Amino acid sequence: MPEDNIVPSVAKNSLNFRWLILMAWRDSRRNRSRLFLFVSSIILGIAAIVAIYSFEYNLRQDIDSQAKSLLGADLVIETNKAVKEDIRPVLMALGDERSEERTFASMIYFPKNQGTRLVNVRALQGAYPYYGSIETSPAGAGTSFRASRSALVDKTLMLQFDAKVGDSVKVGELSFRIAGVLNKAPGQTGFSASVAPVVYIPLRYLEQTGLSQKGSRINYNFYFKFAENVNVDLLADKLEPRLEKAEMDAETVESHKEDTGRSFEDMTEFLALVGFVALLLGCIGVASAIHIYIREKINTIAILRCLGVSSKQAFIIYLIQIIGIGLIGSVIGAIVGTLIQQFLPLVLADFLPVEITVAISWAAITQGLLLGLVISILFALLPLVSVRNISPLNTLRISFQETSLFKDPVKWLVYLLIVSFVFAFTYFQMDSFRKTIYFTGGVLLAFLILSALAYLMMWLARKFFPSSWSYLWRQGFANLFRPNNQTLILVVSIGLGTAFICTLFFVQGILINRVTMSSSQNQPNMVLFDIQGEQRQAVRQLTQSMSLPVIQEVPIVNMRMTEIKGRNAASFKNDSTARGARRALDREYRVTYRDSLSDSEKITEGKWTGRAGQGQPVYVSLEDGFARRIDVKIGDKLTFNVQGTPMETVVGSIRKVDWNRIQTNFLLIFPAGVLEDAPQFHVLLTKVPSNEVSAKYQRAVVKTFPNISMIDLGLVLSVLDEILTKMGFVIRFMAAFSIITGLIVLIASVLISKYQRIKESVLLRTLGASRKQILIITALEYFFLGALAAGAGIVLALLASWGLAKFSFETTFAPEMLPVLVLFVLISSLTVLIGLFNSRGVLNKPPLEVLRSEV
Amino acid sequence: MGTILNIQNLTKTYQSGGSTLTVLDNISFALEAGSTMSIVGPSGSGKTTLLGLCAGLDRSSSGMVELNNIRLDNLTEDQRAQVRNEHVGFIFQNFQLLPTLTAIENVMVPLELRGERNIRSHAADLLDKVGLADRAHHYPSQLSGGEQQRVSLARAFSNSPKILFADEPTGNLDAETSEKVVKLIFDLNKEAGTTLVLVTHDLEMASKTQRIIRIKGGALISDELTSSGMLDKKNYAGG
Repeated sequence: MPEDNIVPSVAKNSLNFRWLILMAWRDSRRNRSRLFLFVSSIILGIAAIVAIYSFEYNLRQDIDSQAKSLLGADLVIETNKAVKEDIRPVLMALGDERSEERTFASMIYFPKNQGTRLVNVRALQGAYPYYGSIETSPAGAGTSFRASRSALVDKTLMLQFDAKVGDSVKVGELSFRIAGVLNKAPGQTGFSASVAPVVYIPLRYLEQTGLSQKGSRINYNFYFKFAENVNVDLLADKLEPRLEKAEMDAETVESHKEDTGRSFEDMTEFLALVGFVALLLGCIGVASAIHIYIREKINTIAILRCLGVSSKQAFIIYLIQIIGIGLIGSVIGAIVGTLIQQFLPLVLADFLPVEITVAISWAAITQGLLLGLVISILFALLPLVSVRNISPLNTLRISFQETSLFKDPVKWLVYLLIVSFVFAFTYFQMDSFRKTIYFTGGVLLAFLILSALAYLMMWLARKFFPSSWSYLWRQGFANLFRPNNQTLILVVSIGLGTAFICTLFFVQGILINRVTMSSSQNQPNMVLFDIQGEQRQAVRQLTQSMSLPVIQEVPIVNMRMTEIKGRNAASFKNDSTARGARRALDREYRVTYRDSLSDSEKITEGKWTGRAGQGQPVYVSLEDGFARRIDVKIGDKLTFNVQGTPMETVVGSIRKVDWNRIQTNFLLIFPAGVLEDAPQFHVLLTKVPSNEVSAKYQRAVVKTFPNISMIDLGLVLSVLDEILTKMGFVIRFMAAFSIITGLIVLIASVLISKYQRIKESVLLRTLGASRKQILIITALEYFFLGALAAGAGIVLALLASWGLAKFSFETTFAPEMLPVLVLFVLISSLTVLIGLFNSRGVLNKPPLEVLRSEV
Repeated sequence: MGTILNIQNLTKTYQSGGSTLTVLDNISFALEAGSTMSIVGPSGSGKTTLLGLCAGLDRSSSGMVELNNIRLDNLTEDQRAQVRNEHVGFIFQNFQLLPTLTAIENVMVPLELRGERNIRSHAADLLDKVGLADRAHHYPSQLSGGEQQRVSLARAFSNSPKILFADEPTGNLDAETSEKVVKLIFDLNKEAGTTLVLVTHDLEMASKTQRIIRIKGGALISDELTSSGMLDKKNYAGG
């Protein structure tokens, strides 16, 4: 039997890769500009990710190289309790050089213009920092202020109170000469400076300020410098048991580096995910573009099949094209990302403790390229798998039927691959199973909701088709649901971008609203704390003499918990299930006592005991979340150490607390009749009617009672506003990638649909439609599309923000709709403009020319 | 000479709504290698469907198609693709050139698919034979209909097929061009000794083949030799 009569095997028909690549190249020849258009959708997503990764790598390197100056010493030992005498000799024997610092919150007073403000006072002694410097102007002030009764004052404070070097500032009861402007303390960020501005004073004057005895918390820091050859980490490990006993913590350059790196991981993680969403959007754009591309290639594929190309070969030819464009897109994205990275340090400068160097990160670029390639292929596979099913019979008659999801299990496999990939990537970013499920679920849900809205709108448009409208309006409207419509893809891509911006806007509104609402009406807006027992009466009188109400006055006793249900910290140490209890035994509590509940509290379990009975157990009341965390129930025993005196209590009730109210709220409440004689301080809440009265009141309090600290809610509001603005800028910067990607997908979809709609438009023109009529139909179609997409995005944002407001912030949601309306009009108009701009070719040329060149 | 195409009890049905539509009904015939045959019949009679089944472009509902002793109905689509590449040439009414390939590249595709190298001169020779040597690097959109069909002819012969299927090859061409293309088809076919199966409305063209089968409503209603067929038979018998 001759060889050619043998039934052929598929194996014999080898894949012939060289030819497949050649065919892919040839086939792309006349479609390059369109293929590039597909690619453009993923460029920004890749760019965002490469930029963030590069930034992360550089940040890590900078933290590494600047770690010593971040900490300023080789070893820091810190505690928030007075240093015990038995540990002092150990501290004094450590290191070659030592410095000591005490930090606490306090009011300062500028006599020149009588300004007052709550600051973070740092009383320093010794040559700290040993690495890096306290940056001041004039430059020498960072060192020289220690020699005399001088202070360094944060630059924002200097500006705020119009203070000059040489002026004086009063800290507690002592005045200091301002020796210099503090530009940057070691390890400080612009961000932390605006929340808690720093004032440095020499430690030896602390006693005279009268602030070292105050009730509020003082942190004690000891800085050590060691000779080069000392292994400080080993030393810290050895010291740990003794430090733990003395309730002190040690931090080395190495551990500080890890902590700092970890805190920025959260930020870069978040930014990378925002970039990833932009990439996903772009990929949906790619998938929809490839879908249309493949539809147009049906005939070519059918001819190839006739000539003997196997379904696998046909699939590979187009897969090679996709790999090619995916690679090109990723390379361009990586280049753009590397360029964008130059700007990231500017955007994020306020959040960073180190100077950021900008260097090309090959690791980031490689990751970006791989990610771009894999994800563009995965998404392109969805339409691409249909190639396998294109029959050669199409050469004789076009009968292409898209295989439905249910008939082609490979499509399910592709969907599964996509979801798995998104999940794996997110897990790689977040390193937490739960967060990954939330994120992947959230993204899926957003896509599903937007897709559902798109389908709903198409269905509604068809169902309630306005037959009475004029032809032009009907034609434009009908384009929303006719074959080859772009409703789904545009609603998803533009909708998601819009949803991003709106949610951001709404959340900012919710936060500001919450604080503003709190400061309105009879809510207190000024908190005085650290009021000593003997000052209580006088402060009350001073407040009332200025016609200000004393809204609440609360005693506060500091204590530690020593035992939970009879078990102490040591017995919980190796119990991995009792993390909450371990933490609870490791902190200090600010506790109040009273005989009644406030209106922000509600007993959910047990019975409230207002006054301790003689010879009865002391029944305390716990906040419900706290009780859950430390796993106690009604009747369980808790033992406290009230500044040296042990005290046994029993859980008498569990309360639900509304933490949103501006008032003092507590995890733990003691009944009256127990703590009255314990060392304590008081907190007073009042309401000041205006900034002028606030300033006057603060001046009066600070002058008479320098140890009392005051929090002005107006200031909190402005600081919050500042933080939100800074954070909002970063988020907007990242959201811009999604928005612009949405616009690129829009441009790509419009251009692709141009090929779809061109025959129709030309036919209409041939039948006598004027340019203007075609223009109106096109404009209306894109207006409907833009409005639907923006509307869907706003609906999604409203849903998300409502959920956040209700469940996360536990507040009511009253969105401000005017700016949203502006955004709606803006996005709709932009869609129309892009649509018209890209369709101008069809409008301006004679029909025949268009048919010849485009079809 | 052996049988190149053997069709036995070939039936093709489609499910349309709830009913079954029979497009081809129990067709049988055999075709000798090197012969020429036309399939004629009115529009919608099932000619093109029959051609598609004979060439292995589609699967029958029942019956047998044997091409060059290979049972096509037992093969997968990819195996049939390989059979097409090795044994079959096609000419279509609407030319079906690959729009992104130049004329010479279109001619080269079947050979490239086999993994053959240095085929450019062979493709150029074929283009020369169809009178298009100077148009080798033009894209289909830059060629006239007649020129496109001539490129398609060159492509059809490029892999030296055992059998050539032509579906209304002149259906989109004017009378003068048609005449030239028909002459080319028959000349090249004679030169290469290929079996030719022609689907056409054009009885004059059909009469140039040795045999004509007529189809109506999916059934074979006649199968007869033409005068040229009888002449060939006589020559054969006499020779």
